[in-house]
Amino acid sequence: MILRRLGMFLVVIWSAATVNFFVPRLGAGRDPIREKLGQLMASGGLRQEGIEAMVAAYQAKFGLDQPLYVQYVNFLSDTAQLDFGYSLANYPTRVWQMVGNALPWTIGLLFVSTLIGFVLGTLLGALTAWPKAPRWVRALALPMVTLSAIPFYLLGLILLWVLALEMGWFPLSGGYAPGTLPSVSVSFALDVLHHSLLPALAIVLSAIGLWGVGMRGMMVSTVSEVFVTLAEANGLRGPTLFLRYALRNALLPQFTALGLSLGYIVTGQVLVEVVFAYPGVGSLLFQAIQASDYTVINGIVFLTILAIGGVTLLMDLLYPLLDPRISHHRGAAA
Amino acid sequence: MNLRGLWLYARRSPQLLVGSGMLLFLFLFGFLGSAIVDTDLARPLSATPRLPPDGHHLFGTDDAGRDLLAVMVVGVPLTLRVGFLAGSVGLGIGTLLGLIAGFVGGRTDGFIRGIVDTLLTVPGLLVLVSVASAIREEISIEIMALVVASLSWMWPTRTIRAQVLSLRGRAFVQMARLNGQGTMEIILREVLPNLLPYLAASFALAVSSATLATISLEALGLGPQNEPTVGMTLYWAISFSALLRGMWWWWAIPIGFLITLFVGLLLVAAGLDQLANPHSRRAT
Repeated sequence: MILRRLGMFLVVIWSAATVNFFVPRLGAGRDPIREKLGQLMASGGLRQEGIEAMVAAYQAKFGLDQPLYVQYVNFLSDTAQLDFGYSLANYPTRVWQMVGNALPWTIGLLFVSTLIGFVLGTLLGALTAWPKAPRWVRALALPMVTLSAIPFYLLGLILLWVLALEMGWFPLSGGYAPGTLPSVSVSFALDVLHHSLLPALAIVLSAIGLWGVGMRGMMVSTVSEVFVTLAEANGLRGPTLFLRYALRNALLPQFTALGLSLGYIVTGQVLVEVVFAYPGVGSLLFQAIQASDYTVINGIVFLTILAIGGVTLLMDLLYPLLDPRISHHRGAAA
Repeated sequence: MNLRGLWLYARRSPQLLVGSGMLLFLFLFGFLGSAIVDTDLARPLSATPRLPPDGHHLFGTDDAGRDLLAVMVVGVPLTLRVGFLAGSVGLGIGTLLGLIAGFVGGRTDGFIRGIVDTLLTVPGLLVLVSVASAIREEISIEIMALVVASLSWMWPTRTIRAQVLSLRGRAFVQMARLNGQGTMEIILREVLPNLLPYLAASFALAVSSATLATISLEALGLGPQNEPTVGMTLYWAISFSALLRGMWWWWAIPIGFLITLFVGLLLVAAGLDQLANPHSRRAT
């Protein structure tokens, strides 16, 4: 069972790499080198005669003159070493370098805000479905559902307008104040924190809605289970009943979803980052799309598939620890 | 369920009523709007650029001199069309695969389930980004819908398969089989009619997630460049930093329409789900 799961993971990664290889070659007759040289020619007044020789030289350098299957094998072995080649738009920079610069920003922002959103949303969702919760808490269900329907970045735009532009409490864009250099100091850390609060708030608010709706659904069916009634009849106190009996048993699907969304951390909420001009992977992806920088786009896409595949694999292996009812030895049961 | 029954139920389910009301508003806005408003004004350079909303331009104008009311009148139906087209294709594929998996069972079922479970863990938006950026020049409304639909059939497949499995074991299906009906006949006459409420609820969800994917692609600049859809309007507003320049009407109006659409679809899906599945009536 574990071997089969591992095999599935490898198949996903391999298909992702293959799609990454063939999709950019879909646009019939597109030639990135010729396009790039054409742009340079237009801007720099390069002379026409040398161009064919240059195209041929660059194609040889990148191995594009070889048959397709050789290119494919080379590509797979490079990808296996996480080598995505050069950025087409910023030529001598390697894709890995650009992603590496952006990754800490995104992981920092997403990890913290995902966890906060998960904890608050799960608690709130559970409380709105708890029959003994105060009326006003149960009434929060409707705003919660509404929040879950609004995409993160739309909420971000509204927050940016109210809190940053009108109120002026938060900076309008960026990851740190313009003109400062990233350094290890208290003032820089505070500056980064100040810049990340608003994007984090947008993510947390939407995430509360999403986690809350999921939890509420699970909780509704759990509170009507016999063991909850029995525990209540046995005279257990409300908080114990809520935390140890209802909440705990409704939590498992939430953890699955949490695992998945932790996998998404490497890409971030692309559009949230774009809206706040936050220097993370999402903004990098946006710039790459604008510049038709295929190698960067594919590098980021592949990295995300890898991260999510890895996290799902890990979750599946950890499941039997979380829930004794699930076992990998029973074959079809999982 | 006949129309009268539906109406009686809608009266008891405020969610369904409010949700359909919001969607109806969006449809009517496009329909009636195109009769009242001059849609030629949705083209660039047809009005004075950068005007805030006033009596003459109700929603104001953008940088390129489009009248935003006209843009929305043209764009809202376009956005609805992409969403409904992608949702229908996704739900169609999902229903077919769900029926096959549920009825044939065995290896076919295992195969379909394997593919669905695997694809569900793939980051859909990012795959769409890499596909859409490879064919950016050729993108039209219909291609956009197909690209989005290619990754929106997995959830429908999964829910419909589960539903088919539970229907297949019911007494009336067994009865039909004993009476000598063929598999096709059972599917068409016994299973599908009972599946309809689920299909309707799944459809609302499929349209919602397809629209979300479409809007996200468009806001990243990967939409049909020359069509004034709601998502593209948002993209132009973001890339010309409408927010920092205080042109609130340029981004707030598309956002208003999008929120109406998403909340409307969500309420309709929740209402239909209660109709299909009385067990969850307590849930909301």
